[in-house]
Amino acid sequence: MAIAPERPKIYEGTRIPAPIPSVLEVREDLRSSDDVLTVNFGPNHPSTHGVLRLVVDLHGEDVVGLAAVVGYLHTGFEKSMEQKSWWKAITYAPRIDYLSFQANELVFVLAVEKLLAIEVPSRATWMRMLLSELNRIHSHLVWLGTAALELGAISMFWYCFRERDRILDLFELVAGFRMHTRYFQVGGLAEDVPAGFWDECAKFVEVMPKAVDEYEALVDRNEIWLERTQGIGLLSADDAIALGQSGPVLRGSGIDWDLRRAEPYLAYDQVDFRVPVYDEGDVYARYRVRMEEMRESVKIVEQAMRRMPGGPWIADDRKVVLPPREELHTSMESLIHHFKIVTEGFRVPEGEVYVTVESPRGELGCYVVSDGGPKPWRVKFRAPSFVALEATATCMRDALVADMIAIVGSLDTVMGEVDR
Amino acid sequence: MVVDTPRLTDAALHLRDELGFNYLSDVAATDYLGWGGKGVSGYIGTNRGRDLNEPATQGYQRLPRDKPRRFSVSYHLLGLRAGAPRVRLQVWVDEDEQVPSLVSVWPTADWHEREAFDLMGLRFDGHPNQRRILMDDDWEGHPLRKDYPIGGEPVRFSGEA
Repeated sequence: MAIAPERPKIYEGTRIPAPIPSVLEVREDLRSSDDVLTVNFGPNHPSTHGVLRLVVDLHGEDVVGLAAVVGYLHTGFEKSMEQKSWWKAITYAPRIDYLSFQANELVFVLAVEKLLAIEVPSRATWMRMLLSELNRIHSHLVWLGTAALELGAISMFWYCFRERDRILDLFELVAGFRMHTRYFQVGGLAEDVPAGFWDECAKFVEVMPKAVDEYEALVDRNEIWLERTQGIGLLSADDAIALGQSGPVLRGSGIDWDLRRAEPYLAYDQVDFRVPVYDEGDVYARYRVRMEEMRESVKIVEQAMRRMPGGPWIADDRKVVLPPREELHTSMESLIHHFKIVTEGFRVPEGEVYVTVESPRGELGCYVVSDGGPKPWRVKFRAPSFVALEATATCMRDALVADMIAIVGSLDTVMGEVDR
Repeated sequence: MVVDTPRLTDAALHLRDELGFNYLSDVAATDYLGWGGKGVSGYIGTNRGRDLNEPATQGYQRLPRDKPRRFSVSYHLLGLRAGAPRVRLQVWVDEDEQVPSLVSVWPTADWHEREAFDLMGLRFDGHPNQRRILMDDDWEGHPLRKDYPIGGEPVRFSGEA
């Protein structure tokens, strides 16, 4: 598998600033002149997708210096999770990234399952994959809507949110919640899939590819969109790897890398899909990657629906999984298990694991340490958005002030995840 | 894979250049203060799973294994090639010790190390920009340490002198 085949480079050498890789410093000759203006972009700027602050040095319209300041949304998720039982900590994971909540929930649940060495029934595995892909479409739709809105394409926002709402309806149908579903449970799923879901999901699968055609018709040949995205925010393949970029940003820089294929988890090795890769390394390439990923995700959803196995949706392990509700009235054992799991929580063997999944934003990792007790000792998330923001200084070499908005948008960061 | 602190940079360079782990995925610092102490009863159950109908598979109870120092720093590396090999590079330090910075090996370590400094209070020797990243610049303490109380931040009231 050739990860990055030889091809003409988009720029020579490296553009990563030194000595601090994430800070672009003003050149010596400009620093002494009076023409450099330092501007605070954010933290409450509508196009920063949350509360991101960029301290920008401007020379006319040129960006000559830049430093990203994060932390305005720090809520201490990792500290809070250490105080909760494993069972209750799952609720925190989706709230870290409020657009790809399923992926965050999934990665934490997978990490706990790896420590427990518990077998998950195949119906749960396939359903997790289906929902993760729906969630990927959801996240890309919100990205496309807001990123286009910032560049002046207001109508895109309404089109994208139309389909997004359909996805949220599907989540509501399955889990009872539109966002932060907490549907993935250690051992499987919290409930079986309701019967009405399949019809609704089939309707969505039919509608979605046409919707993507519509989006492309709206922006793909739009002169303003092309002018503002092509050749902007360049990031070469080598720089992307050095800066730890992942997901659409990495694939937009010409690296053929997707954890769903390189390191298959769930049932991704049993479904057919393509990994879109673009070489240009600009904002437009990242946009193209995301558009095609939406189409591929629809294909995976369709295959998962067609091949969804029957059987149990959660493992039968009474030390970890809640017993069926109806047993509580007849079985003393079940009642004890229920009581123990709810009050004290289940115990997880001592150990440390690092589990990664391909979230809509890239490599989402979860490092979990257990001391054998009912609470996690340490939970650490590798947030792809956090890493993506490290690339702002590299991407914004030679950028104009108006390009900044396109570039920050193209990195698709969710500040809740950056600051955790 | 555990290495001594002074050899961390060499080990990282070897892993990157000789063994092809070109991608630093994550840097995770952990505080083991109070590990295996009071209130930790250890794990009950076996790794192989539990069968309620089979006697004596209820497992065992023991305390977690001791850790060599107070803090660990885990570098999760990945090779971007077929097979996606991963390795965890780990160093152990005490409170007053420094960890060599890996920013010169993987530029992405910049913010990861700043985060470890900010939330765990670990110092990285040779880091070009060792400042807080998530908390305020004038914040006191390092929130993810085990001796940092939850809900312990001081609240300032408007009538206060």
